[in-house]
Amino acid sequence: MAKYKLTELASVIRSKNSGPYELTFDVIFKDFETFYKVKEAQAINKQNFCEIYGIPESDIFHLVYFDPAKAVKVTIRRPIASGALGETDVYGAQQHAPLMALEIEF
Amino acid sequence: MKEIRVLSPTAILGYGFPEESFIEGMRRKPHVIAVDAGSTDPGPYYLGAGYSFTDRNAVKRDLAIMIPAALEAGIPVMIGTAGGSGARPHVEETVDIIKEIASEQSLHFKLVILQSEFEKEFVKEKIRKGDIMPLGPVDELKESDVDESIHIVAQMGEEPFIKALESGANVILAGRSYDPCEFSALAIQQGFDKALAIHMGKILECAAITALPGSGSDCMLGTLREDSFVVEPLNPIRKCTALSVAAHSLYEKSNPYILPGPGGALDLHETKFNQLSDTQVEVSGTKFIPTEEYFVKLEGVRRVGYRTMSPAATHDPIMISQIDTIIEKVRERVIDNFRNSGMKDFYLDFKIYGKKGVMNMFPKTADSTSDELLIIIEAVAPTQEQANTICGFARSTMLHYGYEGRISTAGNLAFPFSPSDCKMGAVYEFNVYHLMRIEDTCEPFPMSFIEF
Repeated sequence: MAKYKLTELASVIRSKNSGPYELTFDVIFKDFETFYKVKEAQAINKQNFCEIYGIPESDIFHLVYFDPAKAVKVTIRRPIASGALGETDVYGAQQHAPLMALEIEF
Repeated sequence: MKEIRVLSPTAILGYGFPEESFIEGMRRKPHVIAVDAGSTDPGPYYLGAGYSFTDRNAVKRDLAIMIPAALEAGIPVMIGTAGGSGARPHVEETVDIIKEIASEQSLHFKLVILQSEFEKEFVKEKIRKGDIMPLGPVDELKESDVDESIHIVAQMGEEPFIKALESGANVILAGRSYDPCEFSALAIQQGFDKALAIHMGKILECAAITALPGSGSDCMLGTLREDSFVVEPLNPIRKCTALSVAAHSLYEKSNPYILPGPGGALDLHETKFNQLSDTQVEVSGTKFIPTEEYFVKLEGVRRVGYRTMSPAATHDPIMISQIDTIIEKVRERVIDNFRNSGMKDFYLDFKIYGKKGVMNMFPKTADSTSDELLIIIEAVAPTQEQANTICGFARSTMLHYGYEGRISTAGNLAFPFSPSDCKMGAVYEFNVYHLMRIEDTCEPFPMSFIEF
């Protein structure tokens, strides 16, 4: 087992609305070998994702390893609907930074 | 027809495209030019206010190239989600633009218009029949929500587009549409595989965003055959790779394997992405799983008030160290000051950039700090005048607030602008995001036409 920062392993780490009521996060790995290792170890999982965002596991709608794109997708309940009072990011495109700091083990 | 070629000039009508790419696209003899003109990404305002997040002149520029080229080639132009949100005022605005183009270029053609805004009574009747259900994390739709909504639109499927094609349309302008429809309708009408037609539409609706380097303002071509389709960019500086196309299945979607739409969902579990040449990718294996009943997605917004905001900044370390307390004190002072003036019903917020401004959506994420803060004072109230009052008072109170340990006594805030406050007009929020069961896939989307 070794520890890696996600930014060492991924070429894309991003967030975006998926409709006004969901936020979706994509991590696309640099190579298939690493992706399959991460997938095998389920090194990105509901538990560590919820920890960095401080949300309950029930807020995660999908956590999918998508082989064709060597990617992990996490789709969660948007804390508020896009553009509602209290909004800080209408497109949801800048919510990915905590994920950049995630350390995973496999 | 052994294949159908679909030209997608740009990711959103009005985002533009290089003419060279478009000419290359026309050289490939497409059977249709299709373009998506909208999105909910820019938030609830545009559906509520009745105008587009795209620029009128930019939309006209794109259509003024697309329409005459299509007429000359004898192929249709299909536009989905007119005016950004697809309600009646958005459709009307685009009709006006098309009228101008027809007149300025002396063009003669048949424009077919498909509306997607629903009458409130129709939606309430559907609630009573039990035909409406929440889509994702929203509450059941109540009749009072419908009454509060400014516009309610539904995403039509490909069926109304097919009906419009059959009526002899040269240009089809549709209200809110499921994004792939304007790309898939002709192919589905001609008997091509529905799953592949829709999947190709899913990719083409974002035009060259799928390519490398990606661009929202460049052309893509899709070629649909019996068992597969091929996508390719039309600008020699770009290419599609199996990975870039596969990765696009993730973009703005909840689950990359299952992509739901009107009448069913695409299933990508068996999809293969095959690099055909340097720039072309072939996609096959996608399935379409129909739902037993036909559902369309509803979108609606309500007005919550009017907004005024004031951006102001500080570089004072003592002020910065106490910013949370200062804000609470200012808030208390504002509430207290207008307690007896009939102004209680307002929303006052302070967005603090330099101190977790972006990440405040997730309050439990790690804190951040900076030696400078930008504070956006925001007031939302039932009228613009009240919002001006609350924002202005919060701003002047914060400017001169005597916080603990203050040594800079001339003013606490650096304003970048004069005037310091900005009236932002009406504020809307989504209040309808539901599925509606419909029997007839075309009837709720009335069709009309104009002959130029």
